[in-house]
Amino acid sequence: MNATVSLTTPAVAVDIEGVNLSYGTNHVLKDVNLAIKPGEFFAFLGPSGCGKTTLLRLIAGFNHAGTGEVRIGGKPITDLPPWKRDVGMVFQSYALWPHMTVRRNVAFGLEERGVKRAEVERRVEAALGLVGLAHLAERRPSQLSGGQQQRVAVARTVAVEPKVLLLDEPLSNLDAKMRLQVRRELRDLQQRLGLTTIFVTHDQEEANTICDRIAVMNDGIVQQVGTPMDLYERPANLFVAGFLGTANILSGKLAGSGGTRVFEIEGGTRVPVPSEAIVPEGAKLVFRPQHASLGDAGPAGDEMLALPCTVANREFLGASVRYGVRIGTTEVAVDVPFQSGSGLFEVGSGATLRLSPHALLWLAA
Amino acid sequence: MTAIPTSAPRPRRIAGTPGQIALALAIAAFLLMFLVLPVATVIYVAFTEKGTSTFTLVNFYDFVRTELFMRSLWNSFYVSAMSVVWASVFALPLAYLTTRFVFRGAAIVQTLGFLPLIMPPFVGAVAMQLFFGRNGSINLLLDDWFGFKIDFMEGLNGVIFVQSVHYFPFILINLSAALRNVDRAMEEAAQNLGSSGFRLFRRIVFPLAMPGYLAGASLVFVKVFDDLATPLLLNVKDMLAPQAYLRVTSIGIADPMGYVISVVLIIASVLAMWLSARALKGRDYATTQRGGGGLAKRVMTPMEAVFGYGIVILILALVLAPHLGLLLLSFATIWSFSPLPDAYTIAHYGRVFGESSVYIKNTLIYATIAGGIDVVLGVAIAYLVLRTKLIGREWLDWMATAALAIPGVVLGIGYLRTFYGITLPDGTPLAALWITIVMALAIRRLPYALRACYAALQQISVSLEEAAENLGATKARTVRRIVVPLMAGGILAGFVTSFSTAAVELSATLMLVQSNSDAPLAYGLYVFMQSAAGRGPGAALGVVAVILVAACTFLSHLIIERSQKAKGMGH
Repeated sequence: MNATVSLTTPAVAVDIEGVNLSYGTNHVLKDVNLAIKPGEFFAFLGPSGCGKTTLLRLIAGFNHAGTGEVRIGGKPITDLPPWKRDVGMVFQSYALWPHMTVRRNVAFGLEERGVKRAEVERRVEAALGLVGLAHLAERRPSQLSGGQQQRVAVARTVAVEPKVLLLDEPLSNLDAKMRLQVRRELRDLQQRLGLTTIFVTHDQEEANTICDRIAVMNDGIVQQVGTPMDLYERPANLFVAGFLGTANILSGKLAGSGGTRVFEIEGGTRVPVPSEAIVPEGAKLVFRPQHASLGDAGPAGDEMLALPCTVANREFLGASVRYGVRIGTTEVAVDVPFQSGSGLFEVGSGATLRLSPHALLWLAA
Repeated sequence: MTAIPTSAPRPRRIAGTPGQIALALAIAAFLLMFLVLPVATVIYVAFTEKGTSTFTLVNFYDFVRTELFMRSLWNSFYVSAMSVVWASVFALPLAYLTTRFVFRGAAIVQTLGFLPLIMPPFVGAVAMQLFFGRNGSINLLLDDWFGFKIDFMEGLNGVIFVQSVHYFPFILINLSAALRNVDRAMEEAAQNLGSSGFRLFRRIVFPLAMPGYLAGASLVFVKVFDDLATPLLLNVKDMLAPQAYLRVTSIGIADPMGYVISVVLIIASVLAMWLSARALKGRDYATTQRGGGGLAKRVMTPMEAVFGYGIVILILALVLAPHLGLLLLSFATIWSFSPLPDAYTIAHYGRVFGESSVYIKNTLIYATIAGGIDVVLGVAIAYLVLRTKLIGREWLDWMATAALAIPGVVLGIGYLRTFYGITLPDGTPLAALWITIVMALAIRRLPYALRACYAALQQISVSLEEAAENLGATKARTVRRIVVPLMAGGILAGFVTSFSTAAVELSATLMLVQSNSDAPLAYGLYVFMQSAAGRGPGAALGVVAVILVAACTFLSHLIIERSQKAKGMGH
């Protein structure tokens, strides 16, 4: 990756406004609104079937919105066919044409644009150089490894200097080791080209590590948009909290008002609610396993919350020990850092779950 | 490179682009003209009073009342059913032994097994008469040694024998493929539960392969039922297809009985296909899973090996006899009342390449055009059905595939009746032009080419096309640069199937050939084979036909293999 490719056009914004899409009675995208900034590395994150790939294909022109509009650099593209959109897509399967060499694959888009032959050759070289595959130009796609195929697919797409780069689960067909490497390369490349990039994935770790901002999607609805840290620290709802990292969720109901509110967990344990906390209608109590700690049974001191519990199971994870403890009828996870020599809680014994009130979240579905 | 606009206001994609619509209409017009109209004409004539347009069933009443027609119907049914039985007898051991056991030469057996298909059955008929006829080699030897003869070739027996030897590869191909698709785990599960040997085969393996067998068997039935040339050449006239032909050619184009018989032939074909489709419904047993490796192959004990190889060699000798006989005949001066020819000559070949070379030339032209039409239509229909959302696109597929159910003789009669009325400016009826023969061939072979194109397109991931569009190629450009090159193997396979079977087709063309100078090879063969003196040159012409078809098949095989290797798509 040493050749230089400079984009002549500045990065553009992608705006999605009020997009709805249905297949028959199946409402796949529900009023999607997103504003992706120029040069941003943006992820659509969600479980399979959440509509993220549908939305990506809609931007590329392969799906058609029932209502709503997509604008690239301020210009509406909704009525343009795929071949006039100038958005480069890297397919999940890479979609390299098996009857063409790597060089012909990469040259294709330039030829379709009527670029002069010498210029085509130059830009093919540059694009292949960019992904470090100039020496494999005469190979057929089937003669390449998965990682190399992926890079050819990227080179083929960036060679035409698209306005926007779309990546459809580009890492899913790679083994775990390659995934880490390609992930970094993609991030590198994106930063060098300064290209507005949309990345579709179901893997929160991928999205967290390389993207500037993430739109978490579920059931055709954008649940929350934010930086990876935002989403982790301040999830907007139960789905986002559960999808990013592990979250303990306790059902219960709110009692009292003002500064004396109490959240009564199913089973009777009462948790005081800080006066500044916003508790939405039908909310549940949410906390992360690493924000809790375990202590011997008995009353708690200071301002920490102390909930009596029973140890139900124990998993040794190396750096930490994950306990499954039961509060009433609900089981929650607690991560305790492992220190050699320190004692472990035995399954079946009683303990006290300690929590800082600041680590508590009240979220609704 | 004008972009086809798809930018009509939403909701979009309900119809197709103007180009797609025009293409679909053109295909529909072609199929209506050369398939639907002739067949509809045949049906119409069968149900109307002679010379008028009054609806009547009296023609069918006449059919049922005439003893000859009822006997023909029964004979056709009997011959077809018995051909299936005998074809199964030939195919079952070959399929079973080569797929179930470690069998030396399994590939050769499978390849040789297909050989009969590349020769028209009626050509084999003559050669088989020389070997198995009343005074053929086998009976002469039997009479010499044991003092008795066997009526292999007498009357209906002859037709059954020739047809089963010719068509058994259909069962062999389908059954072998089905057997190979049975997952090893199916068998191992049964063994694990205590089943083994023949019981295991009867209860697990064969039922799983049943759909493949049925598909092959129904094909054989329909082919035999519809075949015209073989019974004619063996001088068996009391079967349906020959009756239809004879009525139209000897009594006249206005005689309704030929049309009634045609309708009966269509009904029988449709019925046989419908029954097999019904039997197959919900029984797609392709059980091979990832990592599964087909049937477990067993090593034979010495006794089994002797028995197995003995059977295979016997069957192969039988099915290859027509080819050997034809070859001998083509070099023979006189071959009569003796096990082998009296003397040999190459004069027949001289005659074939001299005065009869027009047949070969015509065949090459006709079959090439017919194959070309078929793959163009095949690619277009496959693309419209699989890649567009055009309303009614399936109808194109159904129409083209319906040609399967139309016997050649029916299509021939339909063409004669329909296109005799249409004349060119100079007064020649359309039916008398050689291009009519080509159209009949193209329609007859279209279903096969269409399946090949269909399969080829289905194997191409849509994302390969989307990638091209994403990089700026229009739909039309994508078809030209991505779809067609990737389909090349399938297109070629479709072309060769069409070409090689069209080259030896006679059922539809027998009626359409108006002059010797327009006649294709199969017709020339038929004419030669009708006289004793013509048998030598006829056989030589037959050998040329076999070599022609075999060479084409082999060549396409090579090309496909090479292109797949180049693409790295093989294995």
